[in-house]
Amino acid sequence: MNIHTIADHLNGLGDNSETGMNFDCQPISGEVDVLQITILGREELPIFVSVTDDQVLCISYLWGVDEVKPDSIPAMHESMLEMNIPMPLSSFSKIGDKYVVFGALSIGSSFNDIEHELAVLSNNAVEVIDDMSDYLL
Amino acid sequence: MSIFKKIMTAIRGGASEAGEAIIDANATRIFEQEIRDAENHLTKAKRDLTGVMAEQMAAQREVTRLEKEITEHEGYVAQALEKGDETLALAVAEKISTLESDLTAQQQAHDSFAGNAERLKELVKKSERQVSEHKRQLSMVKTTESVQKATSAITDNFSSSNSKLLSAKDSLERIKAKQQKFDDKMKAAEVLESEDSDTSLAAQLKAAGIGSQNSSANSVLDRIKAKQK
Repeated sequence: MNIHTIADHLNGLGDNSETGMNFDCQPISGEVDVLQITILGREELPIFVSVTDDQVLCISYLWGVDEVKPDSIPAMHESMLEMNIPMPLSSFSKIGDKYVVFGALSIGSSFNDIEHELAVLSNNAVEVIDDMSDYLL
Repeated sequence: MSIFKKIMTAIRGGASEAGEAIIDANATRIFEQEIRDAENHLTKAKRDLTGVMAEQMAAQREVTRLEKEITEHEGYVAQALEKGDETLALAVAEKISTLESDLTAQQQAHDSFAGNAERLKELVKKSERQVSEHKRQLSMVKTTESVQKATSAITDNFSSSNSKLLSAKDSLERIKAKQQKFDDKMKAAEVLESEDSDTSLAAQLKAAGIGSQNSSANSVLDRIKAKQK
């Protein structure tokens, strides 16, 4: 399991994905291989996938600290913590000054698991931005 | 310091800057070496355990054998006494006493093997837990580093492609607009389909001579004739 086999699988799905989503994968080269996955109709919220020794990490960037109303940060944090368990498969995190949703899968996961994860993560990201938009500028 | 604290300190301390490692590569290598050493010890401990357990089983068999033999010889003593052969009975009793001291020795050996096996089993369990704990910690460090490297690759990619990152709200607006457009298209397609089926129904009715008919030349003539009257 590496980002190239994931890319081959998702690109090969075309319109026939189990989830009804159309994935487009673009590898980004760097010190760690990263796969940028865009979903048709949701190009603004790509998902980044990287593979480590024991995990497949799927991350979607939500918003930057600078997009949050300054007074709302503690309340937003509280809402995010409260949402963390109800939100299926994904969790919140912060990378640098960006809030993210992510899902981590075992390296032994099937392609179907990964496809499902990506679809749920994308839905979560869209919904979370909608639900949290009161806190955002 | 726990690995959680180390990672938190490193991130807070600005090690989240691209390229800077949470724990330097050398430390990670040492950690990996430690895990490999522990795994080797574990393999050796497991081998030792198998040896001790085999000896324990052998001792147990010997104990059973001696016990059986003692019972047998006790029977012989009784039989010799029944026959009034005191000398033979005494000789057999001596044999029993030797067997009994053998039994005690074997029993002690067995108990000591059993104790060793128990200790080794505990040790193996403890080492296994330790190895998996070390692996979990290493995985945390490696994942943190991998995420940082991935982030810098993503950031580089964005800045080099000159694509400006939209704000979350703008992104959402756009996605919603696209979804709306898609939904509208679907609806339009549905409407179109139902219109198509309407017209086809009208055609069928006309063919059956039901409903309004096209005005034919004859009907026009009839109408004009009627007016002239």
